[in-house]
Amino acid sequence: MDIVKAISKKPFEPVFILFILILLATLPLYAAVYAVVLLTSIMMYMILTVSWTMFSGPTGYISLAPAAFFGIGVYASAILGRILPLPVVICIGSLAGFCLALIMGALTLRLRGIYFVMFTFGLVELLLHFILWYEVNITGTTGRVVPTVANTTVYYILLIILAILMLTTVFVRNSKYGIALQSIGEFEEAAAHRGINVNALKTIIFAISALFMGAAGAIMATRWTYIDPKIAFNPLLSFLPVLMAIFGGIRYLYGPIIGAAFFTYVEEFLITRFPYYYMLIFGIIMVVAILYMPDGLVGLIQQLWKRTSGETDEGT
Amino acid sequence: MRVLEGVAVTKYFGGLAAVFDVNFHVEQGEVFGLIGPNGAGKTTLFNLISAALLPKSGVIKFKDKNITGLKPHQICRLGVARTFQTVKIFANMSVLDNVILGALFGASTHISAADAQRQATALLEFVGLSALTAVPAKDLTLANQKRLEVAGALATQPELLLLDEIMAGLNPTEVAQAMKLVARIKDKGITIIMIEHVMKAIMSVCDRIMVLHHGQKIAEGTPKEIATSETVIKVYFGEKSHAGS
Repeated sequence: MDIVKAISKKPFEPVFILFILILLATLPLYAAVYAVVLLTSIMMYMILTVSWTMFSGPTGYISLAPAAFFGIGVYASAILGRILPLPVVICIGSLAGFCLALIMGALTLRLRGIYFVMFTFGLVELLLHFILWYEVNITGTTGRVVPTVANTTVYYILLIILAILMLTTVFVRNSKYGIALQSIGEFEEAAAHRGINVNALKTIIFAISALFMGAAGAIMATRWTYIDPKIAFNPLLSFLPVLMAIFGGIRYLYGPIIGAAFFTYVEEFLITRFPYYYMLIFGIIMVVAILYMPDGLVGLIQQLWKRTSGETDEGT
Repeated sequence: MRVLEGVAVTKYFGGLAAVFDVNFHVEQGEVFGLIGPNGAGKTTLFNLISAALLPKSGVIKFKDKNITGLKPHQICRLGVARTFQTVKIFANMSVLDNVILGALFGASTHISAADAQRQATALLEFVGLSALTAVPAKDLTLANQKRLEVAGALATQPELLLLDEIMAGLNPTEVAQAMKLVARIKDKGITIIMIEHVMKAIMSVCDRIMVLHHGQKIAEGTPKEIATSETVIKVYFGEKSHAGS
């Protein structure tokens, strides 16, 4: 919280954010198609990572359910894409993610530690296999064809979702619920005895974070034209946001954003340059990052900044 | 007026009666002491009052309102705050944020951030921690952590405060300071129930004392009555015939 206050005291920050927004908004007008496509996948991961961090960052509940909420959004798009206009489809996708998380949250947020992690991951597998069973036995086909949308439309919708998500994140962090979420992560029992309705708060923030994941799934489905349960509920989409958030710095507002951007770009770079060794190099980068940057990329930068500007480290 | 009343409060852990058929009441504005040997059920009784645990049977009333079955946050918002035997503070949050939290979510729900901060600052001054507001709570000494926990509980604006061994592990100077603090909280008009093993403190601070043993109430009265009660002496020191055997 102190960090946010400290950063927002800097007057150039809003100008900088506006600059970035204008840059991103006008990018498709002059940049190559490749840049737009790359930024599309970067923004998708940003949405998953930032929304994951909104809940799991302060509370310490490591959720491996992002793929479930994303997949629900994908299927909302696949089923309704032909009947309804795109904005409505995206709203329904995000609502589906929200409702699923609300039910799951009410059921599972009593679990702690590894039990919560396993259950959320189990949810992804459960939905994957349930829909697979349904498609094979009832619909008769495994996959579905999703009506496509222009690249730039996908790009702009993701940009809008990301902007709304960032506003929501900043709002939650600066509200009294930000500090309450943090206290739940520190000592949940004590938080309850300070008047915080811990179960309600956890469930609602979990659901809000899932809302954005569902929206991202609904729009990304249009890029893939063909989807099946294994594409929609890809477990990697549960693991990557966690890694990206840790890599960027969970405790910082910009940590997940920078983590997601860096990670996606490095992955892209390695796949194109070192197609045979990319997973190996990727793994080494991850291990080194976790060993030597416990506070993530943003934490490291801040530490270096403090050292060079001669300020003392107050432990943030 | 009775702030708190318990009627036949009972709680089992498996087959063990941790608290059995305990009747008690606490008057407005008094300091009510809760003593007894280890495992007597003192902390369990606190957990029942603050709804960390549900009683198997019996009724707990706060200001004549039945509060059995409510959730911990509801109990807190009604005006019953507590501290824990092993300090439960928010270790990585600043001292100030630890207290602001209580102000934001306690009895007064519609409070501005600025007001919460003002209240928290005042309370930190009240417990003597104003020099340490920016420090992460985990860096405080045990005595200061206990003070911080009291300040955090007070921030929820309680009418009744449950203090669970706030003097355990403190040195004599710190115990004296803690005793003073209890007296000053009482002066604010807040009713206090305290569990304590430091007899000197209990005897001088409390208006009335209840003694628990094996989950049952064995005595209740003024400090003087308790100090001279034969049942209490038996429980604490054993019967004469057992001595030396």
